[in-house]
Amino acid sequence: MIETYSIPVLLLAPLLGGFGVAMLPKGNPGAVRTAAAFWSLLTFVVSVIAAVSFDWSKPADFQLTGMMPWISEFGLSFTYGVDSISLWLVLLSTFLTPIVIFGSFKALSPELQGRTKEFFVWLLLLESAMVGTFVARDILFFYLCFEFTLVPLYFLIGVFGSYQRLYAAKVFFLYTFTGSMLTFAALLYVAQVHAASHGGVWSFAIDDLYTAARSLDAPTQGWILAALLAGFAVKVPLFPVHTWLPLAHTEAPTAGSVILAGVLLKLGTYGLLRLAIPMCPEAVVSFAPTIGVLAVIGILYTALICWVQKDIKKLIAYSSVSHLGFCVLGMFALNLIGGGGSVMYMINHGLSTGALFLCVGMIYERFHTREMAQMSGLGRAMPVWATFMVFFCLASVGLPGLNGFVGEFLTLLGAFVSQDLLGWHYALAAGVGMIFGAIYILYMVGRVVMGPTKIPSLDHDAGDEHGHHTVKDLTAREIAVLVPLAIGCLVLGLYPKPILSTLDEPIRLLIDPARGALAARHGDETPRLTLVTDEHVASAPSFATGDVQ
Amino acid sequence: MSVMADKLAGVWPEITLGLGACVCMALGLAKASSTRKLTSWVAGLFLLLSGVLAIAGPQPTSGLILPPQMVLYVKLAVVAVGVVLLLVAAQLPSSWRATHRAEEGIEPFDPANVMRGEFFAFFLFSLAGVMLTTTANDLVWLFLSLELVSLPTYVMVATSQDRIRAQESAVKYFFLGALAVAVFLYGFTLIYGATGFTDLSRVQSAAATTTSPLLTLGIVLAIVGISFKIAAVPMHFYTADVYQGAATPVTAFLAFVPKTAGFVAIIILLSMLPQWPTHGPIMWLLWIMAALTMTVGNVMGLLQTSVKRTLAYSSIAHSGYLLVGLLAGPALLTSGGGGSGAIGNGIAAVLFYLVAYALSTIGAFAVLGCVQVDGHEADSFDDISGLSTKHPGLAAVMLVCVLSLVGLPPLLGFIGKIYLFGSAMAHRGENPAFVWLVVVAVLNSAVSAVYYLRIIGACYFGKPSGRTEPQHCPSRRIAALVCGIAVVVMGVAGNRLVTLARESSQLAQPSQQTPAKVVSDELPTDIHGG
Repeated sequence: MIETYSIPVLLLAPLLGGFGVAMLPKGNPGAVRTAAAFWSLLTFVVSVIAAVSFDWSKPADFQLTGMMPWISEFGLSFTYGVDSISLWLVLLSTFLTPIVIFGSFKALSPELQGRTKEFFVWLLLLESAMVGTFVARDILFFYLCFEFTLVPLYFLIGVFGSYQRLYAAKVFFLYTFTGSMLTFAALLYVAQVHAASHGGVWSFAIDDLYTAARSLDAPTQGWILAALLAGFAVKVPLFPVHTWLPLAHTEAPTAGSVILAGVLLKLGTYGLLRLAIPMCPEAVVSFAPTIGVLAVIGILYTALICWVQKDIKKLIAYSSVSHLGFCVLGMFALNLIGGGGSVMYMINHGLSTGALFLCVGMIYERFHTREMAQMSGLGRAMPVWATFMVFFCLASVGLPGLNGFVGEFLTLLGAFVSQDLLGWHYALAAGVGMIFGAIYILYMVGRVVMGPTKIPSLDHDAGDEHGHHTVKDLTAREIAVLVPLAIGCLVLGLYPKPILSTLDEPIRLLIDPARGALAARHGDETPRLTLVTDEHVASAPSFATGDVQ
Repeated sequence: MSVMADKLAGVWPEITLGLGACVCMALGLAKASSTRKLTSWVAGLFLLLSGVLAIAGPQPTSGLILPPQMVLYVKLAVVAVGVVLLLVAAQLPSSWRATHRAEEGIEPFDPANVMRGEFFAFFLFSLAGVMLTTTANDLVWLFLSLELVSLPTYVMVATSQDRIRAQESAVKYFFLGALAVAVFLYGFTLIYGATGFTDLSRVQSAAATTTSPLLTLGIVLAIVGISFKIAAVPMHFYTADVYQGAATPVTAFLAFVPKTAGFVAIIILLSMLPQWPTHGPIMWLLWIMAALTMTVGNVMGLLQTSVKRTLAYSSIAHSGYLLVGLLAGPALLTSGGGGSGAIGNGIAAVLFYLVAYALSTIGAFAVLGCVQVDGHEADSFDDISGLSTKHPGLAAVMLVCVLSLVGLPPLLGFIGKIYLFGSAMAHRGENPAFVWLVVVAVLNSAVSAVYYLRIIGACYFGKPSGRTEPQHCPSRRIAALVCGIAVVVMGVAGNRLVTLARESSQLAQPSQQTPAKVVSDELPTDIHGG
């Protein structure tokens, strides 16, 4: 029962919730909020039930599978199923959405109150699309959800964003849509290769397309990889196609930013891991160093950009680009350590950066500014907020003991031990990026939280009756929104093993073809490195083998 | 005589529409304005009747170039979309001041002041023309039926609204249309000259045995001429002006009816060839036409300030996408599969996409037609600015229809694009250039998103302007709603339509047919009274 229906319910609950909310009478924002919160919580509960019914002893098997017909003439179907990677990311999405919805209860400015309904409807539809992307086992079902995420976010930015919202919404949509259209062409090409070898019977099942794409020669695989990268690297975003992100983040409302950073960027890395790496192993091996270089450039370059930002939100937006560079670097190390670190990074980044955006949003709701120059010493005025802010900043920087450290360390280690592809210089350069990360975040904390108290001048009507401004610290609702994220950061930082241990098997399956291609390439030489796909490879032996080779 | 009876037996739906047109014309002159107002309903009745006859009536058995299922599919599509178009157009000519005053009884009845009868008569005639195109088996028949599609539309554009712009665009439309007719008629004469027949099945046989450059040239010219009907490069120039000048319901009509007729005619012409052109001059003609049509449509679409013009260029672009499917041609014979996969049949994709495109674009036009600004139809982006705050329903229909035109999953337009582009991909074995055409097409889709988003942005992000007022035309709203729902529902559950499109287009591929008859014993005596 649960096995069969949990995923469809997971997909349909936010969708139906969205329609239900849309049907509510106009002019009752309270009911809209409550309904939206209810549906998102319900979805979260369902996802937890799904996680409980998942058989964790076989994390690489696709479980809770099922299929609904779509266009059977084309071999298209809504086939779904989750392995542990998908399931963790689904949990991340369903965990963040209610938080965002609770966090947005007071977010809309008075002139937008009339459109409260729209706001929550789009958030719920977005949740459905995000979950769909992670559970899809049919490539066009994946593509459907991947593309459909554009629409809700387009509206969230365009209607509810700040000054440059129209421009930002447009740039966001077109940038990502253009890339993914090329991906669409590549998917059709691969599906046709499959059809040609199966007597004209088309299939879009992801597993079928793996086989079809791997049968292609290396140059064609290179083209396929390029087309897939066009869609996914833009979404990640990888340097040099990251330019839409800061704009979208800065203009988006807090909820949009949190979801964008927390989950939507992961659609890109998930696409790379789930589709690009297993589909074009030959090309991946050839281009992994190049992609690694791009990732490292992204890490360093955007870290330097962060350093000079004046707007807190923009700083965090750029830091996302920098952080996801680690994620891609670990992934293209093509070993278990890097891959596991990369998936950990996706989850951790979702928690800590999402929380940072929420913190900045809380400041913005109070002061209507995010300029660092206008505020300092908020630690004294808003001690609770400052505590959370510092905590999440440290998590984001990668302080050992908090979650950011786990992913950052593992991805760097993965790059380091991947001597046959990336190597120590990648890890070293990225490590410098980590130091930059500490610098710009602490610099920001130093200016905003520490120092002499300086409260941004508030609107005239915001002062109390005595004419001077009192700054309210976080309300109970805001604390309730941040606490789950803080707990998540702490738990995943101290004890990541439950997640990490489930990631090895599925990642092994995904990177094995590429490892095979790599081994074949080095076939004539003596194996220079014990395959890192061995489960027991821990940090020390890998260092040793790496150095001794 | 029996030949005549045979031919007539297959065209009962067309005859019904012709009769309906006559009835409409008479009814439109009725003295009582309440009777005159019935005209559109009567037209709808005849349209439905012809649909019933198309399914249940006597079927054309012999002398068809297209397979009978395809004829049926197109006829039913014309009826179904025709009903939607009729709902959009129901109130139409009343926007003529004279007609309006006559209908409201302000002025005494004067036959010269009422337009309703003619309008709906021409409406039905044009639809009958599309149906006749599908059953054409002779060059002359093909020519006449194509003209029957177009001639009424010239009048419909002119009489659709009481603005000088409508007349201007009708004149442009007419003269450029005449030019196009000249070109494709020239092509037809060359085909006749090359083969000696106007009877299409004999042309087919003759073409199978001889390869003549004259025939190729004839088909090339005919396709170029017909590209006027489908609004493709190089005959696309009229599109924006005419679409803008005509009343919005007529624009919706133009976006679907002549295009369908044009594509059917091109399919008929290409099936004259011994095999579908995957190489050679005709293939390259279509390739270049497709690439240019998409690109011109989308790039010009970026520059517009009027929603109607934007949608006109979008219509051009979609002709380009349709040409991609057309170029891919019928299903591969070499695949050997039991036909379990539909992708690969470009003709089926074209048939499917025509409906998908029609529903999306008519929905958008219907929404536009529901909004009035200062007593005129909405046209510029400012006119629909902030539509969502005042009319959330209309804005939502606009949203899904436009997103379907973008090709965003899971809407109908996306399924259509899988079908079209997938079919072209499936034929890459025959000609690798098809892959590049698909790349051009997807990049064009990305470009098109810019102006489609502009429409959505105006509806949802713009400040509502105080001047807009809704038009009181419930039927147009119903049509918009029908399109909106169909675009969403069929995107998720459109399998049935795909099946229909596939089954209807097991195209009479010449190489599958019995070998050509010996031609030598036939004399070119087919032109009766030339």
